[in-house]
Amino acid sequence: MIGQAVNRVDGPLKATGRAAYAYEHWEAGQPLYGFIVGATIGKGRITRIDTEEARNAPGVHLVMTHLNAPAQGPRDESIPFEYWRAQPVLTGPDIHFYGEPVALVVAETFEQARDAGDLVEVEYRVGRGRFDFGEFEDDVYIPKTVNAGLPTDTAVGDFDAGFAGAEVKVDQQYTTPYEFSMPIEPNACMAAPRGEDLVVYVSCQITDAARDSVASTLMMDPERVHIVTPFVGGGFGSKLGIHSETILAALAARALGRPVKVTLTRQQVFQLVGMRPTSSQRVRLGAGRDGRLAAIAHDVTMHTNPDVEYAEQTAATVRSLYAAPHRLTSHRLTALDLPRGSDVRAPGEAPGMLSVESAMDELADVLGMDPVELRIRNEPTVDPERNVPYSDRHLVECLREGAHRFGWENRPATPASVREGRWLVGYGVSAAIRGHFQGPTTVRVRLEPDGTAVIQTDMTDIGTGTYTILTQVGAEGLGLPLERVRIDLGRSDHPSSWGSGGSWGATNSSTAVYRACMALRTKLLDAARGDTRSPLHGRDPADAVFSDGTVAIGDASEALSEIVARHHPDGVEAEGQTRFMGDDPNYSDYSINTYGAHFAEVGVDADTAEIRLRRMLGVFSVGRLFNPKTARSQLIGGMIWGVGAALEEEAVVDPRSGAFVNRDFAGYLVPVHGDIPADIEAVVLEGYDDKANVLGAKGIGEVGICGSGAAVANAVFNATGVRVRDFPITLEKLLPGLPAMVG
Amino acid sequence: MRSFTYERATDTRAAVAAVAQPGARFISGGTNLLDLMKLDIEYPSHLVDISRLPLREIEELPDGGLRIGAQARNSDVAADPRVRTRYPALSEALVSGASGQLRNKASTGGNLMQRTRCPYFYDTAAGCNKRNPGSGCAAIGGFNRIHAILGASESCIATHPSDMAVAMTALDAEIELLRADGSVRRVAITDFYRLPGDTPHIETVLGDDEMITGVLLPPPLPGRQVYRKVRDRASYEFALVSVAAVVSADRGTIREARVAFGGVAHKPWRSVEAEDALTDRPATMDTYRAAAEAALRGAVGRGHNDFKIELAKRTLCRTLAQAAGAS
Repeated sequence: MIGQAVNRVDGPLKATGRAAYAYEHWEAGQPLYGFIVGATIGKGRITRIDTEEARNAPGVHLVMTHLNAPAQGPRDESIPFEYWRAQPVLTGPDIHFYGEPVALVVAETFEQARDAGDLVEVEYRVGRGRFDFGEFEDDVYIPKTVNAGLPTDTAVGDFDAGFAGAEVKVDQQYTTPYEFSMPIEPNACMAAPRGEDLVVYVSCQITDAARDSVASTLMMDPERVHIVTPFVGGGFGSKLGIHSETILAALAARALGRPVKVTLTRQQVFQLVGMRPTSSQRVRLGAGRDGRLAAIAHDVTMHTNPDVEYAEQTAATVRSLYAAPHRLTSHRLTALDLPRGSDVRAPGEAPGMLSVESAMDELADVLGMDPVELRIRNEPTVDPERNVPYSDRHLVECLREGAHRFGWENRPATPASVREGRWLVGYGVSAAIRGHFQGPTTVRVRLEPDGTAVIQTDMTDIGTGTYTILTQVGAEGLGLPLERVRIDLGRSDHPSSWGSGGSWGATNSSTAVYRACMALRTKLLDAARGDTRSPLHGRDPADAVFSDGTVAIGDASEALSEIVARHHPDGVEAEGQTRFMGDDPNYSDYSINTYGAHFAEVGVDADTAEIRLRRMLGVFSVGRLFNPKTARSQLIGGMIWGVGAALEEEAVVDPRSGAFVNRDFAGYLVPVHGDIPADIEAVVLEGYDDKANVLGAKGIGEVGICGSGAAVANAVFNATGVRVRDFPITLEKLLPGLPAMVG
Repeated sequence: MRSFTYERATDTRAAVAAVAQPGARFISGGTNLLDLMKLDIEYPSHLVDISRLPLREIEELPDGGLRIGAQARNSDVAADPRVRTRYPALSEALVSGASGQLRNKASTGGNLMQRTRCPYFYDTAAGCNKRNPGSGCAAIGGFNRIHAILGASESCIATHPSDMAVAMTALDAEIELLRADGSVRRVAITDFYRLPGDTPHIETVLGDDEMITGVLLPPPLPGRQVYRKVRDRASYEFALVSVAAVVSADRGTIREARVAFGGVAHKPWRSVEAEDALTDRPATMDTYRAAAEAALRGAVGRGHNDFKIELAKRTLCRTLAQAAGAS
């Protein structure tokens, strides 16, 4: 079952609208609807807030501001992962960023609440905000660590000497914009009091974190908070933690003793959940004429919110990517009065590889070398900064296989040399690497007397296919047909996990399911072998074969349902676990990553500089696949995201107000179907990483985006001879470099 | 909560009378108005739904032109064989706009009346003379990449977002307006739209007691028609710059041309200057470039949109080359 292209088991529920998302739940009668009123300044202080008219508006039950919000627990920085911390809101009159909640209006209907929100009168003393990254780019500080606890700076060898002595050098500055996760389902919550308890239906990626976060903010016993999140309409990092919508819904529900729903509008999602920081990145590559790198440096400056530090690990990617004796990486932050930075799909790799893999292309161009060959030439034998072996590194195979399949030999050797009608045509390549992580996860597998299995964990399915792959792993683990395995996800009352994020969800939960199934097998075999009524009595368990709902040893067999019914009339269960990677020696003894190579062909309109992707291929090495179908969707989705990062995505701050100007999907462009050709494919090499986990599998949720934008950017250079280092590559940046128009 | 009343009009003249009451607005496909209502930018107290009025026909005119009913859907107009063969620029313009779903809903009259996509117009906390006269223009000095380079004022630098109207401008369309008293007037499309001046909230010459009932297309100029839209992605995106061109050429010489730009001004921008620079000139890139320079002579960039000036010139040159080529 593992490795089969099984259709999504939850597909029919979703296609028929029966999968209930957070805002669609309904319990304990008619809910009330909350609407968040946001600040219309970017920095300053509320001097007066008048809610009388709003409170008297039709249908309004509550107007909550910092003047009457209940006391909340503080954000506890000692909790190692921020998503488990309290997220207090409406804590005082100070405004830290544009759109910050200043009030919650709760009414009978959404429309009443929104309308009454307009009646909340707020006066501000406007402060002098720092909004413009360019203006404050040099006013930086050094964070203690960067995201995921990685070191801020690293140095190996003597970079300055190595770079100075290099025969060929690239020293370039790249910039990447603010970007958003922007799942289709906006952040949403319904909080419903149940006695002393609180049931919180929320769209989130980590159920366990949501429970702790709600409980510590509301100063409740975590046992009394019940998170329910069976279906999530996309997360991409923006739902790793909960946000103001959830805390405000929970506060209002407790205050009113009624269920309260709060959702963010699309415009509010641009203000209230955080974004990928903007970055300025200096990449220096020093190499010999043979292309071998002597020195690599990646120095990154990003924005952070002054109150909630977020340091994306943008320079960390290069630490494991290429061999070079002299190395340097650094991260610096400048505090701006903007929404907090946050995890957006492939934090670190997505913006970091855009610049590093562009710089590698620049180096290949200076050397006159095939950029595929340049990368192969710098393949390390051990992780060059950690000095440990790689567990299962196949980057070179990805590059070779991709080059072969793509027809890389047809790449225009000289930039701006191929024209087909109105189109300048170019090819681009990029490598991909993404660290693989493991986190603590517990799963309970229960076998019922009727022979069906129920798998319970607080793990989420954010559209990735968790229901499907856990069904496959459970079916294989117990030798059951798929239809006799039921998956029960997204409840904090189930055994806890690290949820979905960081590309760890599938392997964490699958490994735990597998272990639980093995433990159940042992229980069943022990029961049968010790039971004279069983045909398996006294047989050797080492020879047991579980399939199609029965267990056979030699020529004897018995249905699982019979064993369960006889020995465990109420059913039998076992738990399986995955442990924190810091407690697993493989993760310190080996550098465990996923790899890929992206190949893109673009056309650039010779007159207008419009860029259109013509075809794209990604070849990946990710260990063993659970399901090629769901994997392909994730990988291609990531590749397309990279196309958007290269060509379209950019949230623009108005430096006068600190507001995002283009805060909707009309202004914040992401690729549509017309931008993506039918000829886009993801290929996964056969693999098994025995250091990663017992199943040999690694995460695939993010490696698809890693480097894919750089392949597109490099193809644009190959097509036009114009190198754009300020992402996204919009047409005005190419226009001055286009050829003169003729006939 | 802002409540509003709704009526479905069954009679054209009665609909015009109904909309004359204060706060009333027509609604047809609703693809723009409903968004604007949800965002608190427009707040009519009464909606007169004119989508079912008998104004959906596309009819032949005695002079060889076409009359497109104001309630004809964008997708129906784009697919009409007479439009496709005689006014291909209009069909191309329609198909390049919005999405299939929106084109199925959007009406011809509604398309003409759609409002700007300036992000500050949509941000009720920002100054916008169009949304809230006297409150200033946040786009000036703000992020103005998509804004006007021609005909703008210090009150407003917004652009008109329609593709359809740009093609109609190059096709010398007239807008047919019905008054409540039953009288009908026709206005050339270039006169239908207003430049922003210091009253950018007044976008057309449509009176409070008038309704668009149709668009009249005269027989097309002989020659090739091209609609070219330049945008940041391949689909479902407004034009950075668009050009509608009709060129009559004869043995390498341009006899007559019609040129209109989209995405550059508060209205579809007819360029008589470009047309004059093309008339009786050889169909060469030098001529097109001269026409482009003439068309953009008064263009003013506002920073982020400076590139549109050169982009408009290049787009015009290529469009003219296509329209004049091998005809």
